[in-house]
Amino acid sequence: MCATCGCAGDELAGHLHDDGTWHEHGAHQHGDGPHAHGKTVTLAEKVLARNDALAGENRDWLRERDILAVNLMSSPGAGKTTLLERTAAELAGELVIGVIEGDQETALDADRMRAAGCRVVQINTGTGCHLDAVMVRDALAKLDPPGGSVVVIENVGNLVCPALFDLGEAHRVVLASVTEGADKPVKYPHMFRSAGLVLVTKTDLLPYLDFDLARCTADLGTISPGATVLPVSARAGDGIGAWYDWLRERIPVRAQG
Amino acid sequence: MHELAIAESVVDAVTRKLPGARITQVHLEIGTLSGVVADSIRFCFDLATEGTGLEGATLEITQPPAQCRCRACGTEFLPDWPIVLCPCGSADVAVLGGEELRILSVQVA
Repeated sequence: MCATCGCAGDELAGHLHDDGTWHEHGAHQHGDGPHAHGKTVTLAEKVLARNDALAGENRDWLRERDILAVNLMSSPGAGKTTLLERTAAELAGELVIGVIEGDQETALDADRMRAAGCRVVQINTGTGCHLDAVMVRDALAKLDPPGGSVVVIENVGNLVCPALFDLGEAHRVVLASVTEGADKPVKYPHMFRSAGLVLVTKTDLLPYLDFDLARCTADLGTISPGATVLPVSARAGDGIGAWYDWLRERIPVRAQG
Repeated sequence: MHELAIAESVVDAVTRKLPGARITQVHLEIGTLSGVVADSIRFCFDLATEGTGLEGATLEITQPPAQCRCRACGTEFLPDWPIVLCPCGSADVAVLGGEELRILSVQVA
């Protein structure tokens, strides 16, 4: 059947429609691209090509404004918001931090970050398990971050799905809390393999757990050899300075004038 | 379940390339390191294609294996995922294959 006109287009040479128009079958043009009837059309296109292209536009947009964008990912409850609250409070006056909050429901995290003095845009994904480049593009337009600032994209708490979706960030930071167990990187290798920085969080709880920090660090060395690993406690403050330094070192140097 | 979003991306990409076409088969390439589960794609493909030009299309999936090359000693090997370690012990490894997530071709009615 002809897909465009709905006719029983078995006549390969083409046919006359009731309205008098001639319809050519075989290879021909429809819409803005060529296709053939009953034929294999080679596409060889990346499934996420559109997301990747939009992420590229986000990245250009951020770069033009000298904005550092960080995609913060972890399982739910690893301490992303707590880390950000402390970061925003302690670096206030030094850095302007805007936050894009991704959660399935509620504006609870957005409220916390607003209370910490940040500009915030909340994205509720509903049933969605990750943020994508379109959501972030729209959120950036709403957030309207000033040039030279930091934008932290707090992804939906999930160690699986967000790993696949480029948002246009400059760096991916993945949190693994010590209460989750030292085997998290091995269990969720896709997420950790994409990280530029891994923060092992809640280290103030180490005395009460059997968490093997050396093993976790060694596993990360093989799964994600390029990643920096920093143990940190956002509650007690241990290691927090190294995280601030990591952030400071990555802020784009602004062109004069 | 990002596979539903992946299946929707397939529908979106095919519809953009071939607007108005009725698709009878989709051939995907999903590498074993891509982070996408082929069975989950099969599970939600009908849901994602419902009411589109891809409705009723059959789904063919090719799954290229993981393939790595060690940057230290040059050996090419199939990694014991998730620990991508060369037999020589180096973790400095380039992934040559297995990360594919592509629409190879479609059949148009």
